[in-house]
Amino acid sequence: MTEKIAHTPPHAPSRGPRSLIFETGAPESRCVMPPSPDVPEIDLEEALGGALRAEPPLLPHVTEVEIARHYSHLASMNFGVDSGSYPLGSCTMKYNPRVNEDAARYEGFAGLHPHQPFDSVQGALELMVELAADLGEVAGLPGVTLQPAAGAHGELTALMCFRAYHVDRGDARSKVIIPDSAHGTNPATVAMCGYEVVTVPSDEHGGVDMEVLRAALDADVAALMLTNPNTLGLFDPNILAITDAVHAVGALAYCDGANLNAIMGISRPGDMGFDALHINLHKTFSTPHGGGGPGAGPVCVTEVLAPYLPGPVPYRRDDGTYDLGEPARSIGRVRSFYGNFGILVRAYAYLRALGGSGLREVSEQAVLSANYLKERLREAYDLPYDRTCMHEFVLSGSRQKRESGVRTLDIAKRLLDHGFHPPTVYFPLIVEEALMIEPTETESLEELDRFADAMLAIAKEAAADPDLVKSAPYTTPVRRLDEAGAARKPDLRYRPEE
Amino acid sequence: MRHIPVTCEQREAMLRAVGCSEMSELFSDVPDEVRLNRPLAIEGGLGEMELVAHLRGLADANEPASGLVSFAGAGCYDHYVPSIVDHVLRRPEFFTAYTPYQPEVSQGTLQAIYEYQSMICALTGMEVANASMYDGATALTEAAMMACRVTRRQRVVCAGTLHPEWRHTLATYAAAGNFDVTFLPSTAEGGVAITGWEAEVSSALEGGDVAALLLSSPNVYGNLEDVSAAASVAHDVGALLVVGANPLLLGVLEAPGIQGADIVVGEGQPLGNAMSFGGPAFGFFACREQHMRHMPGRLVGKTVDVDGNRAFVLTLSTREQHIRREKATSNICSNQALCALAAAVYLSAVGREGLAATARACIEKAHYLRDRLLETGRFAAPWDTPFAHEFALRYEGDVAAMHAALFDRGFVAGVPLSRLDPMVGDSSGNADDLVLFAVTEKRTRAEMDAFAEEVVAL
Repeated sequence: MTEKIAHTPPHAPSRGPRSLIFETGAPESRCVMPPSPDVPEIDLEEALGGALRAEPPLLPHVTEVEIARHYSHLASMNFGVDSGSYPLGSCTMKYNPRVNEDAARYEGFAGLHPHQPFDSVQGALELMVELAADLGEVAGLPGVTLQPAAGAHGELTALMCFRAYHVDRGDARSKVIIPDSAHGTNPATVAMCGYEVVTVPSDEHGGVDMEVLRAALDADVAALMLTNPNTLGLFDPNILAITDAVHAVGALAYCDGANLNAIMGISRPGDMGFDALHINLHKTFSTPHGGGGPGAGPVCVTEVLAPYLPGPVPYRRDDGTYDLGEPARSIGRVRSFYGNFGILVRAYAYLRALGGSGLREVSEQAVLSANYLKERLREAYDLPYDRTCMHEFVLSGSRQKRESGVRTLDIAKRLLDHGFHPPTVYFPLIVEEALMIEPTETESLEELDRFADAMLAIAKEAAADPDLVKSAPYTTPVRRLDEAGAARKPDLRYRPEE
Repeated sequence: MRHIPVTCEQREAMLRAVGCSEMSELFSDVPDEVRLNRPLAIEGGLGEMELVAHLRGLADANEPASGLVSFAGAGCYDHYVPSIVDHVLRRPEFFTAYTPYQPEVSQGTLQAIYEYQSMICALTGMEVANASMYDGATALTEAAMMACRVTRRQRVVCAGTLHPEWRHTLATYAAAGNFDVTFLPSTAEGGVAITGWEAEVSSALEGGDVAALLLSSPNVYGNLEDVSAAASVAHDVGALLVVGANPLLLGVLEAPGIQGADIVVGEGQPLGNAMSFGGPAFGFFACREQHMRHMPGRLVGKTVDVDGNRAFVLTLSTREQHIRREKATSNICSNQALCALAAAVYLSAVGREGLAATARACIEKAHYLRDRLLETGRFAAPWDTPFAHEFALRYEGDVAAMHAALFDRGFVAGVPLSRLDPMVGDSSGNADDLVLFAVTEKRTRAEMDAFAEEVVAL
């Protein structure tokens, strides 16, 4: 296999870079024709008070077939979940069921205007109320907003609710505690909320160091933000002691829900003592990642915090009809309208397909598959935290770096030649040369074995022929990029004179 | 319905391989006190056929505006979406991909975003556009925070004519503690924030602590603001001008960048995205090159690979949270890539003349409808201010009853302004009888004539 890949010509002729859409077509090329005028022509200059543009915007001139070919070619240069295994840690790249895609496009959903009469959108509101209730059940936290557009947006929403809660009690606080294993969004969110970040180191088992935590907790701490299972893929066995200690100083406990796929139906963040949780519907609930979005980041909170959630919130009236209302002490909106509704439809479809028992099976299989891969790879790579993992685990490429100069980045690039998307690399920051692997429950045993075989083969390649790995990939549409050059002299838009 | 390919037999073998005799052993780190010892109370287990029937039932319980003669706008518009757009979005290589962190296998997403950024720059007259934000309201709010970073000031001044949902979002973020907002009073008398109010705006901007003046053109009433005048009052006090724009109308309207805007934002839904009850769509965000390192969100840049081939990559990421953590320009770590892709395909499909013709059609039809509605005698013009494809009229009667009666006849009679959130800083209190009408290229003269006749017949 090594030989074959190493000697594959770098680029198959049908792939590789393509013209920009601006460089395609001719000035007279057209795709869709504008509608024929059927009302009297008006003098735009006069009607608009003179604010007309002198020249039309520089947009492409192309026919439909050129658009189809252009984007078809671009698609062929992309790797998605349908292309192969995508074990990107903390991103939960599971299969996206197709019926969910269809449902979001039903005209009865996609054709709704957010400000049409509420009695004409009862089905949409019912779906939102049901989805919110189900997410609250998974979380063990009954107050739910579906408004946030992404996980980071959900984090921000929850912290804003925390802030409002403390301010309401006349107890404005200034600090938020975050473990050093946290996602970068956590400290960035805290800063946007005007709080100071206090970083605490993890203990030798990868969990929260209770002594350090207790020392950091005081009456000025507004919250602890914690990911459980954490970014090492480990469930913190001290979780109740942690949330108790947080509550003892009047602070609140926030759970980053990035890793919810490990614990559905097994343990609920609300039962662990968390006051709020954001859920990434695009991770745990199978809505597609879309090349970076759109996703959705609903937030679930305790009854105490529910009055602070952003409005409007959909609810069921006593007569069985549905409406939108404003929570009593709402922080206000965090965006326009009600949320990424099309994403909510997909997540709801997923929930109704699986039900409560199906969700538990998902988590069990996700955890089993991760442990299976960990067992298969533990000899060939360093395993800094050798414990039963949840839905993901973290290897280190430090042995390869030390023995042959092959870095984790090289291993990741070489995986591309083997037909796999690499794991998350260099995260969490507390593991040197980290490789964070999350297979998800939707990979077959055969695929898991193929991925493990590829990782083992690369470990051998690194030892036998380090340069082969260090120059990978060879078979992708383009090869390693000059990223430093891109940042030094940014070219961020097409300029026709070039 | 399961999406788990591992068989029961394989599952047993995998358990043995990890040294467990049963599944519960894998969860030994989960303390007994926090285990859920009952099934989740969530209905489900539907097969695909039953699931489709259930979802169709919910969809059919709605009466979508897209199937009616709709004049509803207020930030979400019923434009025609060419067929090719959704065919591109349905390519699984696009919609099942993650953020393009591995550029060697993400050139499709990356090139599409680079082209999208180029199109947004062309529309707005700006030099740099990011890969998109959540929506128009959050893009505006991020622009306010960026202006604070650029100017090292902590207060922004926001026009009373901005969409109330955008103003609410701005106020929510401001309440979190990092900046202050002064809302100019609502100017429902003239329908604009700037023209005729320059002295009031200047006085709100006094104090030497204002980072930005925020407004949109068209504003929430559909009226056009004097962006150049706004730029001049803002720049006089060292503040930036942030302009919200409708991207489709920029086919004919002057680019805000030419008029002096420093940051241009807006809601991208009109460009090839379904209304979908208000989401998902995307926010666009564009600024000048000199401020680019203060920008939030992702950026795609052009570079080369080791063989010298043109290639694209996420760049300037030292602004972002995964590197800067609490010192990042924003906590945003995603974009609305697929919605931005829809916009890029849409703009390619209509082309530069097509976008101008579509914008012109919307504007001409809106002017036609306004004349027809004034002729009915049931509506009065609250002001005579230049507008584009959306306008407000005062209804002489019970707005709710009128709206409901016309809905029953197959018309969405615009958006009553009372339907929008109570306006922050609104002191006029005279908006309750105002109705906002938006007209897109989908509406025909025959539909508008029929609508006017129904209004007369009320």
